[in-house]
Amino acid sequence: MTQLALVIDLNVCVGCHACVTSCKEWNTSGWAGPMTDLRPYDADPSGTFFNRVQTYEAGVFPHTETYHFPKSCLHCEDPPCVPVCPTGASYKREDNGVVLVDYDKCIGCKYCAWACPYGAREIDEKQRVMKKCTLCIDRITDLTLAESQRKPACVLACPTNARLFGDVHDSNSAVSVAIREEGGYQLQPEWGTKPANHYLPRRKTRIQIHEDELVRADNPLKKEQLPTPEAGETLDDVAW
Amino acid sequence: MHPAFSVIFLTTLIGAGQGLFLALYTGQLYSLAQLLPVQSEYFYALGSIFALALLVAGLVASVFHLGRPERAWRAATQWRSSWLSREVIALPAAMGLILLYGLFHYLGWTNPLFVVSATLPVDITLIVGALATLASFVLFLCTAMIYASLRFIKAWHSPLTVANFLFLGIASGFMLAAALSAYMGTELVAFYGTWAVIATLLGGVSRGSSLYRNSRFRCKVDMQSALGVHHAQLHQKAQGFMGGSFNTREFFHGKSDAFLLMLRYLFLLMVFVLPVLLILFAYLLESSRLPVAAFVIQYIGLVMERYHFFTEARHPQNLYYQSMA
Amino acid sequence: MLDPTAHSDSDMGRIEVKETTCYMCACRCGIRVTLRDGEVRYIEGNPDHPLNKGVICAKGSSGIMKQYSPARLTRPLLRKPGAERGASEFEEISWERAFEIMEERLGGIRAEDPKKFALFTGRDQMQALTGMFAKQFGTPNYAAHGGFCSVNMAAGLIYTIGGSFWEFGGPDLERSKLFIMIGTAEDHHSNPMKIALADFKRRGGRFISINPIRTGYSAIADEWVPIKPGTDGALLLAIIRELIQTGLYDREFLIKYTNAAELVVDDPQRDDHGLFRRFETHIEEGCFDPENKLWWDRELDREISTHTPGTDPRLLGSFTLEDGTPVKPAMQLLKERVEEYTPEWAEDITGIPAGTIRRLAHEMGVVARDQKIELPIQWTDSWGNEHDSVTGNPVSFHAMRGLAAHSNGFQTIRALGILMTILGTIDRPGGFRHKAPFPRPIPPCPKPPRGPQGVQPNTPLDGMPLGWPAKPDDLFVDGAGEAVRIDKAFSWEYPLSVHGLMHNVITNAWRGDPYKIDTLLLFMANMAWNSSMNTESVREMLRDRDENGEYKIPFIIVADAFQSETVAFADLVLPDTSYLERHDAMSMLDRPISEYDGPVDSVRIPVVEPRGDCKPFQEVLIELGSRLGLPAFVKGDGSRKFRNYPDFVTNYETSPGSGIGFLAGWRGKGGEKFLKGEPNPRQWEMYKENGCVYHYELPRSYQYMRNWNQGYLEWARYHGMTRYVEPITLHLYSEVLQRFRLAAQGKLPGKQPPERLRKRVAEHFDPLPFYTAPLEHKLVDTHHYPINALTQRPMAMYHSWDSQNAWLRQIHTHNYLFVNPKLGEACGFGDGEWIWVESPTSKVRCMARFTEAVEPGTVWTWNAIGKAAGAWGLSPRANESQKGFLLNHLIAEELPPCEAGDHMSNSDPVTGQAAWFDVRVRLYPAGAEEPKQTSPQFEPMKRLPGQESRRGKWQGYFAGRFRRKKEK
Repeated sequence: MTQLALVIDLNVCVGCHACVTSCKEWNTSGWAGPMTDLRPYDADPSGTFFNRVQTYEAGVFPHTETYHFPKSCLHCEDPPCVPVCPTGASYKREDNGVVLVDYDKCIGCKYCAWACPYGAREIDEKQRVMKKCTLCIDRITDLTLAESQRKPACVLACPTNARLFGDVHDSNSAVSVAIREEGGYQLQPEWGTKPANHYLPRRKTRIQIHEDELVRADNPLKKEQLPTPEAGETLDDVAW
Repeated sequence: MHPAFSVIFLTTLIGAGQGLFLALYTGQLYSLAQLLPVQSEYFYALGSIFALALLVAGLVASVFHLGRPERAWRAATQWRSSWLSREVIALPAAMGLILLYGLFHYLGWTNPLFVVSATLPVDITLIVGALATLASFVLFLCTAMIYASLRFIKAWHSPLTVANFLFLGIASGFMLAAALSAYMGTELVAFYGTWAVIATLLGGVSRGSSLYRNSRFRCKVDMQSALGVHHAQLHQKAQGFMGGSFNTREFFHGKSDAFLLMLRYLFLLMVFVLPVLLILFAYLLESSRLPVAAFVIQYIGLVMERYHFFTEARHPQNLYYQSMA
Repeated sequence: MLDPTAHSDSDMGRIEVKETTCYMCACRCGIRVTLRDGEVRYIEGNPDHPLNKGVICAKGSSGIMKQYSPARLTRPLLRKPGAERGASEFEEISWERAFEIMEERLGGIRAEDPKKFALFTGRDQMQALTGMFAKQFGTPNYAAHGGFCSVNMAAGLIYTIGGSFWEFGGPDLERSKLFIMIGTAEDHHSNPMKIALADFKRRGGRFISINPIRTGYSAIADEWVPIKPGTDGALLLAIIRELIQTGLYDREFLIKYTNAAELVVDDPQRDDHGLFRRFETHIEEGCFDPENKLWWDRELDREISTHTPGTDPRLLGSFTLEDGTPVKPAMQLLKERVEEYTPEWAEDITGIPAGTIRRLAHEMGVVARDQKIELPIQWTDSWGNEHDSVTGNPVSFHAMRGLAAHSNGFQTIRALGILMTILGTIDRPGGFRHKAPFPRPIPPCPKPPRGPQGVQPNTPLDGMPLGWPAKPDDLFVDGAGEAVRIDKAFSWEYPLSVHGLMHNVITNAWRGDPYKIDTLLLFMANMAWNSSMNTESVREMLRDRDENGEYKIPFIIVADAFQSETVAFADLVLPDTSYLERHDAMSMLDRPISEYDGPVDSVRIPVVEPRGDCKPFQEVLIELGSRLGLPAFVKGDGSRKFRNYPDFVTNYETSPGSGIGFLAGWRGKGGEKFLKGEPNPRQWEMYKENGCVYHYELPRSYQYMRNWNQGYLEWARYHGMTRYVEPITLHLYSEVLQRFRLAAQGKLPGKQPPERLRKRVAEHFDPLPFYTAPLEHKLVDTHHYPINALTQRPMAMYHSWDSQNAWLRQIHTHNYLFVNPKLGEACGFGDGEWIWVESPTSKVRCMARFTEAVEPGTVWTWNAIGKAAGAWGLSPRANESQKGFLLNHLIAEELPPCEAGDHMSNSDPVTGQAAWFDVRVRLYPAGAEEPKQTSPQFEPMKRLPGQESRRGKWQGYFAGRFRRKKEK
């Protein structure tokens, strides 16, 4: 069975929020839209977003690491939000594993959000139904689009290519390779929800300079040694 | 979790309603066993109407919890997997059965249909009452399991949650039955009062246990697991937005520890201590008003208790919403 | 519900897809705009665009909310008679009326004294046109925002290597192994850097970030080296010292391609001290660096003409020429200069351990020496030597405002240029690469007018408003050596202010120093808010009156697309279009978007109709130029020459028949030529057919070593990009600077600085980089104000002046002052608390946010999140004004009185770069009784006529239904 998912590379995410607004832009006028904004030009604006980028700090100065952490629905293989839904509005697609909400069935009881340990669902306060990342289901399955465009908006937008998209059940897919080779991991694995989305950790490149690389045969200073004085005494002249 | 008043009223009102019905039916059984004097049909009918009214009020309260109440009928479809769906079935079932129970009493359909073992005359109210009792217990279970089944919310994910809903519902229902009896001048005040005190004390034990439990455990997941970054000092700086979102509104109570402590003492006093004392005094003083006061105080206390119940729940999603910048 | 897989998004309405160029920041990515029923459905990156290769950032993705923003201006506005300036009391007028007002006023000024008209533009991308308009008008008082942005970065590197970062050039991360980013405020520049940086990291490159703050790009660095602000020069000089001491420099590169081996007269008594010793040959007067200089031949042990075949000159040593002149190679002078700059010395200044400084130097040096790149590309150098390969040292750098926005920034950036040079990384694979039209001569050829006589009534300016002085005589000063421009650019106060000093225009015009002006036209520059230092005072100056009750700045015209804070101070408001409604040219005459492999320029073509009566500012200029009869805009008979801006772009040539115009692609009658060729009437169509971008990929042999690549230089001259086929030798030693110093020392005949400035010029025009603390730090009590305060523009807002954007403002709704917890505790406040930040200039109240990702002596905030109440179409209650704040209030636009003068700009003494990052502050908790609101607050700005009424509580954007629903 296909399980589509995102693999998010924390090693290169610079926290630019491109995935946040490209998602909003695509989805507000798409199948999942509109994604309404509350108080858009007033105090405490608060709209529906499917994806957020957060910032964390680890360590104490000067050994501080700054992490940018994009978070959206993880499309769990065993999604806790689906069985709790009383109407069947929350469902996981058989064909590609995407977890979706049928907005015509949703009664806005928020129980699915309570059942999600990741905070991946946000209610649309105007339409009063639960919304969440659809993996841009209306893009990725739209055969009228070129294949290169059949990806979630966030993936296409991401300037650092920190978001990979593909089938994590296909062991040859780019996402599976990345998970396997770059140490891909799941969030809160303790729950057994088996999130399909994975994250790739920070990886550090270091350079080790050896002493012998600093004492060099090609040291150009050797060329600048002063010429022998033409005249004057030397030890040869005065020693016996 | 942010306390949702619609749900607080839903659970406390239907709990009292179910409890009241159970009190009525218990009374009926006792009188059948001739342990209590037989009550008028009017008493059962009126009691059922009260129970039904509470259930309806709870249902009405629950509507405010829904974004799209006009589609609420859809919520009955997923009973195979969803405790909420099961509740949505159990609640009207209980309401219907209680309605029938009251109606049959009102209509006086109490002629025995058959007699078991030559000593137990079974009439239609007894059968419907038994079914309604079953429905009430199922409803208690469903309501409590909505919370107890959420394994991510450790404060709720416990059999104690079911015990609390059950005992506290029964306590408030019996308390109301005592109050009704006192008000109507029947001689069942002591009976209901005693059982109300017993249920209250049981509830006290279970609720006390859950408070104790909830004050001691650590969440299964921490920031490190939430991010997959295994660094001892890990703090959020920015949650990605600043004007608030569903995630910050729904899952945070935003109340101070001092407020919650005060609330806890208050609900412990109002749910457990005061009603028991009032019932005791009611015995001693033979007051017909004190049981009413006991119920009212306990109910208000239960609203606080349920409010506190929500604030106890620490949702793991909150790990992602600690700071803004 | 409809199965999402059962339909196509394109079925939901009438779909059109158009290509144009983004303008949510200055990055200028190619975009595809999908329209549904005429409304913007989706803006995505153009996958075929060389700049962004299909990606798009948070701002670009939020373009819809800019397009439909309630802050949009839609009608020309005139300040109501009797209304106070700043009160936002306007009446709608017609464009015809607006043009009449401007024609009458500006026509009068032009006939009398053109310099009384000042045109200053913000982050516009049409300096080729605005600058030309100013020149044609005859006023020197023109500049864009470069002076307060990053002119130090442009000037410091262009005066050293003939190119700079961002549009001018950048790190070749595709082949680099070690990348050092130093002093880059978060995200400068944007998508191309993100693309390259991620690929670089994935390839296993090592990324070191040197920055007081760890956010943005620095977050993903392999190593973060926190540094105290304004001390980067000390670090770079210590690294240079270590590289020279350990012999980790590229000797061959220095000899062949830089002036390191060239002999400098070394006799402080002589008037030519510090100049290169030149032998007499007739050299054509030009703006290149003639090759009549000397090396010291190590074999013959005497001077010899540079680049004599077979010669191996000495880089170090002290010699005496045949005629007895004592000389030293420039490299020897550099070595002597950095002698005192030990890592231990730098540790005290920068806060970076000496061991780390040494290690950084060793990493750079060893990677450069031991991981050499060799590409099998043949090329020929300027001296006729054939090379079988292009080699490179894979160490690269990127720097921006962190270095630039200090008053010692020019010399710091010179030091960076020299570091990159001694590592041998200029225009080589893996190092720094130029982008066309760079490299340019050091300095480039255009020059400002030489004196007040360059400004004459009804006459175009004699010279360029902005240029590149190469010697004191190029300065634009009067007989007393004082400024002719209103911003005092190209005067002895800031001689190499190649981008002008927009940040001093209002203060100078208000004071009438050097003179009063009549009309100030501001385009897209928020001078009443985040583009000014000392903002509160500047707002007062804008409405200050003289003794006659007249405004000290008599007439202010503001052209903007949005209700910015500055609009309130306008007398006349010209509503500009959004970027989706206009034609634009990212011209080779301005700052194109070239790639390392060749010139690229691009255009914007409207994708939607303009809103209301708004009009592209270019059209305003062309209309105005035609009405005023400016020579370039009218035919011989005085009649209008260009129908509109697109017509202008197609047909304008820099001079009749030059073949050089605004756009480089598809020139020639049929579009068969590029860069140079006759106007092509179908040029716009051809751009449109090609994604609005023209990219010429140079032959591989022309892609590297372009400063000295004979083939490239000939190609560039043939196509009209450069004037000379002369090598562009790197200025390790800057004789240009030494000329100014000699003048200040009275040793060079010609223009002389006023006495008050002699010492300052002599000190700062050092031909070799040196470290000195920022000017303000020497003039204020740094014990009382011990903390450095910085700003960064967040990636999601950077350069997009967009707090009114309904989506982006949810990410950054208000700002905090970021403080190291240790500092916060020492100052007596906790995380999230309200505090006062006080500088010698002013104080602001704001909220603190603790962070471990900042050097403890530094605090910082996101810039320009704070807004004035009611501006930008926001409610007066909006967080931006109530919880957000602007650090600018704290930053002085002028230095405290000092020897150089009472009103010296708080700027770099070489370039006039605004020293934003020099500000010093102290912090203390706000009182518990104080309002939980930022201070200062201003009277809420009123909604303007023609501006949409405020949006309701809910906004649900759905393309194709949004405006229709609103109209109902």
